[in-house]
Amino acid sequence: MFVHNLRLGATSLRRNVLLTALMIMSIGFGVAASMVTFAVFRAVSGDPIPQKSSRLFVPLVDNRGPQYNRRGEPPSALTYTDAMALMHAHKATHQTMLFPVGLSVMPEDAHRMPFKAAGYATYADFFSMFDVPFQYGSGWSNEQDEGREPVIVISRELNQKLFGGENSVGRRMTLDDRQYRIVGVTDHWDPKPRFYDIFDGRIFADPAQVYIPFTYAIAQRIDTYGNNNCGSDGKRGDSWDSWLQGECVWISPWVELDDAAQVQAYRQFLDGYAREQRAAGRFNWAPNNRLRDVREWLDFQHAVPPESRISLSLALGFLVICLVNTIGLLLAKFMRRAPEIGVRRALGASRADIYRQFLAEAAMVGLAGGALGLVLTAVGMLGLGMVFEPQIARLAHLDASLVLLTLLLAISATVLAAFYPTWRAAQVQPAWQLKSN
Amino acid sequence: MMQIKPILAALKRHKAGTILIAMQIALTLAIVCNALFIIHQRLERVQRPTGLVETDLMAIQTRFVGTEESKAGPLVKMDLQALRQLPGVQDAVSLNSYPLRGGGWSTGVRTDVDAKDSKAHTTQYFGDEHTLPTMGTKLIEGRNFRSDEIIEADPQAVPDPASIIVSKALADKLYPDGHALGKTVYIGDSKKPSTIIGIVDRLEVPWNGTWSDSFYENSLIQPVQLTSSFTNYLIRTKPGQLADVLKAAPAALVKVNRMRVIPNDRGVRTFAEVREHAYKGDRGMAILMGVVCLVLLGITAAGIVGLTSFWVGQRRKQIGVRRALGATKGDILSYFLTENLLIGVAGVLIGALLAMGMNLWLVTQFEMARLSIAYVLVGVVVLLLLGQGAVLAPAMRASRVSPVEATRSV
Repeated sequence: MFVHNLRLGATSLRRNVLLTALMIMSIGFGVAASMVTFAVFRAVSGDPIPQKSSRLFVPLVDNRGPQYNRRGEPPSALTYTDAMALMHAHKATHQTMLFPVGLSVMPEDAHRMPFKAAGYATYADFFSMFDVPFQYGSGWSNEQDEGREPVIVISRELNQKLFGGENSVGRRMTLDDRQYRIVGVTDHWDPKPRFYDIFDGRIFADPAQVYIPFTYAIAQRIDTYGNNNCGSDGKRGDSWDSWLQGECVWISPWVELDDAAQVQAYRQFLDGYAREQRAAGRFNWAPNNRLRDVREWLDFQHAVPPESRISLSLALGFLVICLVNTIGLLLAKFMRRAPEIGVRRALGASRADIYRQFLAEAAMVGLAGGALGLVLTAVGMLGLGMVFEPQIARLAHLDASLVLLTLLLAISATVLAAFYPTWRAAQVQPAWQLKSN
Repeated sequence: MMQIKPILAALKRHKAGTILIAMQIALTLAIVCNALFIIHQRLERVQRPTGLVETDLMAIQTRFVGTEESKAGPLVKMDLQALRQLPGVQDAVSLNSYPLRGGGWSTGVRTDVDAKDSKAHTTQYFGDEHTLPTMGTKLIEGRNFRSDEIIEADPQAVPDPASIIVSKALADKLYPDGHALGKTVYIGDSKKPSTIIGIVDRLEVPWNGTWSDSFYENSLIQPVQLTSSFTNYLIRTKPGQLADVLKAAPAALVKVNRMRVIPNDRGVRTFAEVREHAYKGDRGMAILMGVVCLVLLGITAAGIVGLTSFWVGQRRKQIGVRRALGATKGDILSYFLTENLLIGVAGVLIGALLAMGMNLWLVTQFEMARLSIAYVLVGVVVLLLLGQGAVLAPAMRASRVSPVEATRSV
């Protein structure tokens, strides 16, 4: 029976090519526009580390006081003084500090030009906290942090470039004028947005290629490759040491806390620390600290470009318009066949039969619209490179889940739109239609 | 225009179709208005002037390798000498950043040494006396730096300069009375005053994200040559020589000193490329919205065509009767046009309200600007015309129905 319905449907759809084509196009375009923008949205606002985002926190300490703060918020990074205090206190399960470094890789071969590798100076816990996958070796140890050892973790991509992708653990490499020993090669790892370094605006930048110990970087006076924000009432001084001891913020802090009790305890620790600093005369204001988890942090930093969110809401509106349009066209199409419905009802078809017939037809239209929508979505994805930064466009690719979602959306939307016209069609009175009008 | 009563009577018999078309028009108006408004705002951002004369201007980004992080002063000097001597180069300068580059320094500034509060937020540019001529930025008050005022400094320890040049926007923010020249400011948390010796007409900050919109015209230039091993060269070429210098400049730099990195992707760029890159997202957004609007209007028109065709088909007999009773083709045509206009007017009235509501939501959610009435009015006219255009073909077909139809049964 269902097959029969489909056959009848196909015949009737062919009978009125213009209306059918209009419907398919309407659905196709509507679905494609929504899907393209949805893909972008998903790419830029997804949780970068879903398995852990509720356990990773950014602790911030107000080192500026109410006069210098914007809207009462402490600065979005730490001073060297506060970063060291949190590291040494060791009040969390894991903790790390980080700042971006830009180092020049000196090739062994003197004829090749040196090239730039960007990455982070950080602590051993970084790799376990953020679940960094390793291809070879591992991160370094806490002892190596303390020993300020010149060890390095490189990315799979850099390892490919330098060592042709073989296991390079234990080998040495030169960056600027310093020799490092490779202890690990990460697998491809590039969480988007790059939640752990929002302070430096590298949210969608290319993945980091090198990681070196924070302690070694400081000992070697390797400067931050990121932002440095001095806007407070502290001594900035005029040397490396006075800058380190000063009130400029440039270090992104992270702590891992396992449960609500730990979070509570950490908040108290931060407040206690701020009170100590006040007693010591460094701060002259009440504790004003923040502890936000990954999602709160991304949201607070507006790490999702407003474009993608606005375009998502507009695309939904677009889909609604296409649905309204489809309802109208289906109504026109179904009511045109009132005489035919009358004849079928007179010959004993029940209302349910009519429902089945017309919903089957709508599903076919939906399927065709979905197919067109898929093609248009693919075209739209290609066009995203022109619209958004390549980093974002790269994220929004057409994958299986998106394909399925597109088809599902098209069919369900069309069937949904078909309910009213179908109901109208089923109301047709057999006797009345059989008379000539 | 003809009798509206019969049209209304007829529409009562097609309630569903009428409501659908009106809704379609309303929704389209609301969404297209807002989309066009977003485009307009994007394009306004893209056209913001930087304060630089952007023709015959290029930028090179380089980093010395094998030198200590903050000991590159002499190397920068040699580079600048080589660049300024190149035929085709008018002037060149080494800067920590420049407008639209996307990274740089920012700080608060005070006018009162004892103030805890910064009076304005600003970006800091560090460059020598060639900065203004290279940028092409217009000095409107005071003077440029002299070469003897320029100091060399490690980026980690920049002393507070005795004299600075500020943008007009910053000067007005600090001294609203308009007499900023010769007055002092305190940079960051410094206790040492810096005197404003010059004011430039306009100079933007290096960022163009929405987060910097609140201070994007506030700039100050410090007479400091940073000795960082990472630097940006801004080069002004002689008119028409940009293409040659694009090749010659990096080659000259490598010749002076091979131990350097000039990145492939953003190492050497004309200022037009810098601008294009900075506003890629804004322009792209405008294109995306534009395409969406066009398609949307097309879909709406198609919907109107579809439903009206259906109505014409349904009413062939009535049309035949009217023709037989003496109605002209023009009468029939104007009947359908008027009918569409009535539905359209109802639709745009609802749509205008929807558009305002939607904009209000965008304002609260995304801090968008308020939609101006002009947009809604233009949208109303466009949609009414679109409706009339869409209904034209089915209406023409209706007017060609012959009076004989009246005598046929279905």
